Amino acid sequence: MARIENAKSIGEWLDQRLAVQTLKRVLQTEYWIPKNINFLWAMGMVLAATFGILLVSGIFLLMYYNPSTDLAFDSVNYTIMTEVGYGWLWRHIHGVGASLVFLIIYIHMFTGIYYGSYKKGRELIWLSGMLLYVLFSAEAFSGYMLPWGQMSYWAGMVITNLFSGGSLHADGLVEWIRGDYVPAQAFLSRFFMLHVLLLPLVIIGAIVFHFGTLRIPHVNNQDGEDFDFNEAAELYKNGQKKESKVIPFSPVFLSKDVFVMGIYFVLFFYLVFYHFEFAMDPVNFDPADGLKTPTHIYPEWYFLWSYEVLRPFSTNVGLIAFAIAQVIFFTIPFLDRSPNVAPANRRGLFHLWFWAMLVDMLVLTFMGKLPPQGIWSTIGLVAALVFFALWIALPIITKSEKKL
Amino acid sequence: MSTRRDFMGMALGGFTALGAVGGLYAAKRTWDPLPSVKAAGFTTLDLKDYKEGELVTEKWRGKPIFVLKQTKEMMAKATEKDKKRLIEVDGAHYMVCVGLCTHLGCIPGYRKDTQDFLCACHGGMYDATADVTKAPPPRGLDIPPFKLNGTKIALGVTGPEYEKMLADGTTLRV
Repeated sequence: MARIENAKSIGEWLDQRLAVQTLKRVLQTEYWIPKNINFLWAMGMVLAATFGILLVSGIFLLMYYNPSTDLAFDSVNYTIMTEVGYGWLWRHIHGVGASLVFLIIYIHMFTGIYYGSYKKGRELIWLSGMLLYVLFSAEAFSGYMLPWGQMSYWAGMVITNLFSGGSLHADGLVEWIRGDYVPAQAFLSRFFMLHVLLLPLVIIGAIVFHFGTLRIPHVNNQDGEDFDFNEAAELYKNGQKKESKVIPFSPVFLSKDVFVMGIYFVLFFYLVFYHFEFAMDPVNFDPADGLKTPTHIYPEWYFLWSYEVLRPFSTNVGLIAFAIAQVIFFTIPFLDRSPNVAPANRRGLFHLWFWAMLVDMLVLTFMGKLPPQGIWSTIGLVAALVFFALWIALPIITKSEKKL
Repeated sequence: MSTRRDFMGMALGGFTALGAVGGLYAAKRTWDPLPSVKAAGFTTLDLKDYKEGELVTEKWRGKPIFVLKQTKEMMAKATEKDKKRLIEVDGAHYMVCVGLCTHLGCIPGYRKDTQDFLCACHGGMYDATADVTKAPPPRGLDIPPFKLNGTKIALGVTGPEYEKMLADGTTLRV
C-alpha cells in the first residue's frame, strides 16, 4: 500500500489518496499555453461554458417537459412559460444558448482555418472538433423537435425525408427512423431520448477527447511558430516569466479566458432578457399539424448555408451536394497541401480563399432565409457553385504556395 | 505460456461479438414501427361524395391524401400520360394522391384559379392530375395503394388497378 501518514490538512489528506497535486500540475499549472495569442483563443472555454449553461437550463426544463404528442406543446408553451416559476428563464437561456453555441463554433472553426491550426500534428484537434460540430448539429435538431410546433413537425418531416436518398426511394429507412409513416409519438419519444441522454453523453465524451488531442501538439499561436515547449516551460518555472514564450493554463491563461467570457456573457444575458425572440421562431408557436405545411419552411440560421447548398438543385444532385457540404470541412487538413503553418494573411492566395469562403457562406446563409424565387434563386445557385469551386481550388492553390 | 489466457480472451471476445450482433438486431427491431401503427394504416373513402374541381384533403397513415374530381376543363388539358394517373369510377375521373411533395415532403398548396399545385418549400409545381411541371420534385405526387369496390376506394390495399399503375411506372410504391 501507498505511504499514508497523518495529514496536516484536507488538501494533504486528499493528495495521499488521490494524487490531487499531480493532477493539478498536469491539468493546470504545468499545462502550457503560448503567450502569443489573442482573444479568439478563448472561444474553446467560451464554448465549454455555454455547453455547461445549456446542460443546467436543460435539466430545469426537463422537470416539466412532457414528451407526448398531445401534451408536449402545452407543457412548453403553457406550463413552463406561464406556470413554472422562472420557467421562461430556463427556456430563453436554452434557446439563446443553442443559437449562440453555433455562432461561437463557427468563430472557433474559422479561427482554426485562418491560423492553420489543423496542420502538422494538429489534424486530430480539427477532426475531433468537426465531430463535435456534427454532434451539436444532431443535438440542436433533436431539441428543435421537442416543443412539437409546426416548425418542429415539418423540419422533422423534411430532414428525415433526406434519408430516403432521393431516387434510391428508401422509404423503409425513413419509416424506420420515424417509427411511423409520419413523425408521431414514436418519433417524438426517440428524439427526446437522443436529445436528453444519448447525444449529451457522446458530446461530453467528444469534448474530453477534443481536449486530449490538444495535449501533445499544443495550442497553435498567432504566428504559427514552432518552438520548444519544454524549453519555454523550464524558463517559466525558473522564474524567467518574461523571457518564456508560455504561460500555465491555470490560473494565468484561464484569467484571460474569464475576461473574454465576462464580455460574452454580458451579450448572452442581454439576448436572454431583451432579445430572446431571435431564437424563437413565431411559426413554432402553432401546434404541430400534419395536414398543413407552413408557407415557408427554413431551418435555424446556423443550418441555412448547408440548406441553401441543397435547395437550388434537383433532388439527387441537391442531396449529394448537401451530403458533401456536411462533411467537406473534415477534409481541410488533407486538402491544404501547403507546409506553412501561418496566419492566412501571409499565405498569398490562401488569404483570398479564406475570405471568399467566409463571404460565400454568409451569402448562402442570407439566401437560405429568403424564399426560393427569382433573383434570390439565382444568387443562391451561384453561391452554391462557388462553394464547391473553392473546395476544388483549395489543393491547387495551396500546393503552389511558396514555403515561408 | 499464455495459451490458456489466449483461449479465455478469444472465448470472451467471441461471445461478446455474438452478443453485440444480437444486441444490434434487437436495437434495430426496437426502432421499427409498432404493429399497432402498421395495423392502423387503412382508410376507406366513398368517391361519389366528391364535387368536381374541389380539392378535399383526407388522412391516411397520418399523411394528407388529395382527392380532386376532375372537371371537363381539366380533362381537356390532361395528356395521355396524365390520364393514366387518374382513377375512373362511373365515368368520372379522380386524382387521388399522397399530398406530400416528392422532393422533401412538404404539402403543396392548391391554387384554385390556375388549377395547379405549388410547393412553398422549394418552389416545385404540379398540374391538376398532380404530375410534376416544375423541378425540384423528381416525379408527380405518389398514388397510395388502393382497391376499388363500387364507388368505394380502400387505401392501403393493393388492387388490380394499382398494380397496373405500378407496372407501367405511373407511380412508385408508397
